[in-house]
Amino acid sequence: MESNLNIIIAIVLGVIILIFAALAIYHKKLSVAIIAAGAVSLLASIMYLLLAAPDVAMTEAAIGSGLSVIIFFYALNKIRKHHD
Amino acid sequence: MIKKLLLFVLLAGAGVMFWTGISDYEVKQDLNPIASYYADQGLEETGAANLVTAVVVRYRGLDTLGEVVILFLTASILGFFLIKRDGKNDFRESSEILKTASRLLEPIIILAGVYVFVNGHLTPGGGFQGGAILASALILAYLANPNDSISKTLLKITESFSGLSFVIIGVLGIILAGGFLDSTLLPAGSIGNLISAGVIPIIYLFVGLKVGSELAGIVTNLKYAPKNESE
Amino acid sequence: MITLEYITLGTGILLMLMGIWGLFTQKNLIKIVIGFTLVDTGIHILMVSIGHIKNRTAPIIDDAVNASEAADKVVDPIPQAMVLTAIVIGLGITALMLTFVVKMAKDNNSLNVSNFKSLKW
Repeated sequence: MESNLNIIIAIVLGVIILIFAALAIYHKKLSVAIIAAGAVSLLASIMYLLLAAPDVAMTEAAIGSGLSVIIFFYALNKIRKHHD
Repeated sequence: MIKKLLLFVLLAGAGVMFWTGISDYEVKQDLNPIASYYADQGLEETGAANLVTAVVVRYRGLDTLGEVVILFLTASILGFFLIKRDGKNDFRESSEILKTASRLLEPIIILAGVYVFVNGHLTPGGGFQGGAILASALILAYLANPNDSISKTLLKITESFSGLSFVIIGVLGIILAGGFLDSTLLPAGSIGNLISAGVIPIIYLFVGLKVGSELAGIVTNLKYAPKNESE
Repeated sequence: MITLEYITLGTGILLMLMGIWGLFTQKNLIKIVIGFTLVDTGIHILMVSIGHIKNRTAPIIDDAVNASEAADKVVDPIPQAMVLTAIVIGLGITALMLTFVVKMAKDNNSLNVSNFKSLKW
């Protein structure tokens, strides 16, 4: 029963991750694409929790969806003029 | 168009390759010998209840050292490329809400980061996670008060001091105990206490400070990078 | 019988393939870096799910897992430790690539890969 629930959650998470990945690749606005890439990391960290890896989940949530989005935005801020 | 088609064929080939890799993947029932050795002996040999910490700090400690060195090199190269010669950067003032909230949140975030890396041998967490959380507290400070800069010298001193201490503890392990980064340098203590597991909490403290200051240095360098002025 | 491992393995592989697709089809430099981070995340999911074993718990010895029977109750800790360091290195490499992007955009006044002529002949 519990295992079935885990499988359903994993399927939903996988589909949403792939949708956000497509958004990250194909959206015209760079800021939206960057946030979508951060969302991929955040949802992947929930997937790590399902896979019994709390350490990895913490790292991914702190680094993948926090710091790396900030770094992308600082870099984007530096080259704003060529943003097309 | 033909390029995209070729790429699609290539990726489909890679997908088929991966699929043959996982289609006969059998769901494992048992740990492999090394992992079951770590699971059986890890607690006795290192005293760390969190087996991931035992692997990261004790069994694969040299990997962790190399990883920290790679991060240091990245931060240095970044600082080299983004060097800024002349002084002033004007950032837009942030809103009052962000300023007030950051004064409330920053101590809590720093405390959470320190908790995570001090308790790395007992609960999920450790130096890398705690360092990242410390760095994010610093980023919040940057976002709230963009024109106040923190001292780069402090970051440098923290970074090099903790890196050096990491190596010194490792070498002390060779001299006084069984090998490089041996955690039995200090007595193991009773399992479940904060002060236990030999030198693992101390090493994780230094790893946390080093990772935190390096990530903060990366963000600082990117923040003060010269803006692109040309048309 | 469908299990958790197959779903996460499939997600990881598809994410990797999408990232490689983005790497090759996109012209914008920032989009290329985003594609790289997607490949990174895909590989991490793949590695963690290889270490997972059905109906077992996280590799932490506490009240739920006795030290004597740990080998029968926990998942593989080694891939998790490897992924832990790989994520941090991934952030460092992303920052390095973004630095090069800033530098290249400054030198060539463009973010579009097609406009970089210095390697063409």
